[in-house]
Amino acid sequence: MSRFNKNGGREMPELNTSSLPDLIFSVLFFFMMVTSMREVTLMVKFDRPAGTQLEKLARKSCTSFIYVGKPTEQYRSQFGEGTRIQINDKYAEVNEIYDFIMSDRAEMPESDKPFYTVSIKADHQTPMGIITDVKQVMRKAYALKMVYSATKRQDNN
Amino acid sequence: MGKKRKMPGLNTSSTADISFMLLIFFLVTTSMDTDAGLSRTLPKPPEEDQLNNEIKVKVRNILNIRINKDNYLMIGNDYVALEDVKPRAKEFIQNPENRPDLPELKEHDCKLLGKRMVTENHVISVQTDRGTSYGVYFQVQDQLVAAYNELRDELSKQEFGVNHYDQLSKEQQEAIREVYPQKISEAEPKQYGKAL
Repeated sequence: MSRFNKNGGREMPELNTSSLPDLIFSVLFFFMMVTSMREVTLMVKFDRPAGTQLEKLARKSCTSFIYVGKPTEQYRSQFGEGTRIQINDKYAEVNEIYDFIMSDRAEMPESDKPFYTVSIKADHQTPMGIITDVKQVMRKAYALKMVYSATKRQDNN
Repeated sequence: MGKKRKMPGLNTSSTADISFMLLIFFLVTTSMDTDAGLSRTLPKPPEEDQLNNEIKVKVRNILNIRINKDNYLMIGNDYVALEDVKPRAKEFIQNPENRPDLPELKEHDCKLLGKRMVTENHVISVQTDRGTSYGVYFQVQDQLVAAYNELRDELSKQEFGVNHYDQLSKEQQEAIREVYPQKISEAEPKQYGKAL
């Protein structure tokens, strides 16, 4: 009986945690790599159209984003209900896109410039007139590669 | 000199905590969403002196898809539904029966595949009104890309025995692209029915 009843006989050996920091550091580095800090706070609400034939965006670092949609709740009283264009952290008019593209592309290393792409993230209810205006400005700025951003739809029809 | 003194081990038990905090910070700020979409190449801006002599394309080589401000679709002269876009586009790109109202077939010496009849001059043009909703426009574009992808998949199955065009080697993909080049025009829209 006494063999089950050892009081204070053996102690649980302490777990060796010396490699824990290394482990966490490697996870940390992974997240540091994949993080892109250029996130903008969205001031427009957009529900992107769904498509079936989408391609993944190859180089996120060479891409500028243009957001098109209606202002979010908090800006609605100030800017109204109409569809607006957002670049970086502010609303913009169509002609401001030209400068935005030029400055964005100028910051890029020379080797990335041929891959410069503009991704249009627009709400599916946006009238085409605005999209067309944006496209015309992009042509003028020689930003000819573009992506119509969309969400994936699962079914195949 | 005297006794060798041992360096006391640095207490590293808090390193884990520090790196945890950093880790959580990056976890929160990371956005893992990969952006996807339909990629397009826009035409170069028109030059000053080029405005007048537009490129002439034969009528049979253009597939005009028009969307009006109420989001009704027209291909050529008929009203169609969104589901009809893909079959119509496939027929147009391929012109299997060599019909005179579909794009002309020209003999083209393709890589790997040899001489083939190809509708190399075809153009699909999508025209919209300023009031057309972007969602509908996008669906039409999506259907057109689907038409091309299906044709390419069919050809890769027929020629190389591979079900999907994406799974082919670079060279084979190029050969198939020569047979079915993707030609969707991004030309400027005409304003033919003003939105109210």
